[in-house]
Amino acid sequence: MNSPASDPAPLLECRGLCFSRNEEPIFGPLDFTLAAGTAIQVLGGNGAGKTTLLRVLAGLLPASQGEVHFQGRSVDQQHLVQGTAFLGHLPGHKADLSALENLQFTAALHASALAPEAALTDVGLAGFEQQQARRLSAGQNKRLALARLRLSAAPLWLLDEPYANLDRDGIALVNRQIGDHVNAGGAVLLTTHGAYAPPPVPMHTLELRA
Amino acid sequence: MNRFLLWFHQTGSPANFDRYAARWAPWAFATAFVALAVGIYGALFSVPPDVNQGENFRILYIHVPSAWMSLFIFIAMAIQAVIALVWRIKICEILAMSCAPIGAAFTVITLATGSIWGKPTWGTWWSWDARLTSELVMLFLYIGVIGLNSAIEDRRAAARAACFLAIIGLVNVPIVHYAVDWWNTLHQGETIRLLGPSKMDSSMMWPLIATVIGTKAWFVGSLLQRARATNLEHEANKDWARSAYGATQ
Amino acid sequence: MSAPGLLAAGRAQIQRDLRLVWRRRGDALQPVLFAVMVIALFPLALGGEHEQLARIAPGVLWVAILLAGLLTLDVLFRSDVDDGSLEQLLLSPAPLAWLIAMRVLVHWAVTALPLLLLTPVFAELLFLPGRLLTPLMLSLALGTPLLSLIGAMVAALTVGIRRSGILLAVLALPLYVPVLVFGAGAVVAADQGLSSWIGAIYLLAAGLVLALVLAPLAAATALRIALS
Repeated sequence: MNSPASDPAPLLECRGLCFSRNEEPIFGPLDFTLAAGTAIQVLGGNGAGKTTLLRVLAGLLPASQGEVHFQGRSVDQQHLVQGTAFLGHLPGHKADLSALENLQFTAALHASALAPEAALTDVGLAGFEQQQARRLSAGQNKRLALARLRLSAAPLWLLDEPYANLDRDGIALVNRQIGDHVNAGGAVLLTTHGAYAPPPVPMHTLELRA
Repeated sequence: MNRFLLWFHQTGSPANFDRYAARWAPWAFATAFVALAVGIYGALFSVPPDVNQGENFRILYIHVPSAWMSLFIFIAMAIQAVIALVWRIKICEILAMSCAPIGAAFTVITLATGSIWGKPTWGTWWSWDARLTSELVMLFLYIGVIGLNSAIEDRRAAARAACFLAIIGLVNVPIVHYAVDWWNTLHQGETIRLLGPSKMDSSMMWPLIATVIGTKAWFVGSLLQRARATNLEHEANKDWARSAYGATQ
Repeated sequence: MSAPGLLAAGRAQIQRDLRLVWRRRGDALQPVLFAVMVIALFPLALGGEHEQLARIAPGVLWVAILLAGLLTLDVLFRSDVDDGSLEQLLLSPAPLAWLIAMRVLVHWAVTALPLLLLTPVFAELLFLPGRLLTPLMLSLALGTPLLSLIGAMVAALTVGIRRSGILLAVLALPLYVPVLVFGAGAVVAADQGLSSWIGAIYLLAAGLVLALVLAPLAAATALRIALS
């Protein structure tokens, strides 16, 4: 595992990143870097703009100002999608399809090397393959979403409130997944209220004030 | 950023636009008022009655400029829309959206005056010829742009979506015109054609020129006024707006 | 992240959408029922006289199928917005325009194709002369995918708006007018024995080719704008 100092360029670097909606500033200007093999925890109260920041970094929203550099290259909104995987508030999969069917779709879209069945087992949903997603509990839906992230094989994970709706086992699972991903050379940026046990990885904190 | 782009952005800055619009809108309206007064006076009193249509043709002096403006404004709106979408310049978004209600108004005037002209001339209030039908479709497109702009909450996303629609709509207008033209050739009996001003004797032309200038000037003044108001609405919390308009805190 | 081939991504999208339709297969009958109702209203309003109905048949059939398609446009993207899977589509490495094209293909196959196949039956209800059936089917075969593609663009623009039903119709109808004019007009021209009816068909075909290329791209851009 390379230490951050010997990496050629940080995975993600933001300079002067701002976002405003209807002339109301939501966050910014932000300057931070995220190196491979580390994680950033974005803290802030409700309305501080954590979700919006994540959506800007995922390429869903255009930044109002500032630059984003991904793997050393300056990228615009369109090109950010190539290297990131996003877990938002919404499930991100179809309630009418079974767990396995949902993952098969994601695997096909990302030309995934990992098999959907294996991803399901890794998140503790073995045996739920044929279960329709609408019949899964909120926590199980979150695990399904995590399985989807693993199939995408993206280096940067953007997780918006990953611990919400999870019990202790679920929180431990999320931390384990984050740990595995970061230790394999990926990076994670997650938002949280801050009341949860942190994952076992080098972690920096970014605080947003409303 | 090169110098030209920088100048462009600075000129289009909200504060500069506000000063520019405040300065020029009154002049545009004054020109419009004078030109329209001259044109309408000429149309009503100076010009002799037409050989074929009698007094009925006088309404063409309003109808024709309105029709031209309704199309011209759509094109102007689409051009602003392209600039707004490609270069993301906020003032162009505001200008494009401000064009829509003005264009819709001119389209309504065109349809109404066309109807009034048509009744004594054809015997009916309406005709489904290519010109009027295209105007009706254009009215729906204008209403669509206005509706889409007001239906989305985020002002900038709303403007961008409506700009996109305006561009698609502009492509649609000539297609509709051609389609209805073709369809009219299928249905014999539709020998009604809207007489154009080219059949007018040159001595009767001058009020038309006056009303054309008047409607254009009206459009410019109206556009600047609307855009200025929208601009101020968006920028109400900014320092430049508060100091320019004397906010107490 | 590796990008899948277009074929693999397309196949996956079609498979997913067909599965979703199958899970709610009761809903798939709605366009057909609506079209039949619209068609039935005309004889009820105008009287069942053979000659009169035969004269208006091409136009009524076209309008009925157009309106039935308009009704189902809203659901094209609605459920994907609600459960967040549209965001995931935006973020996938496969080209969004291609995925949208596949989505529109399934939508057309499920909503318009049954109507197309039932057109001979509908034509009988309105006493359409037999010689006009071929021009009608041709114009519908080319026109309905065109309507689906144009409708997808408009649905993409309104995707973030709550209760966008009537706004969607207001936005789509001006864009539908040329398709309707050339589609129904082709049948009327054939009725009059004009050889130009095939020209209208060619125009529809040309429009379809253009729309096949441009509409998915436009819809992808519109989705990005509407979701920002």
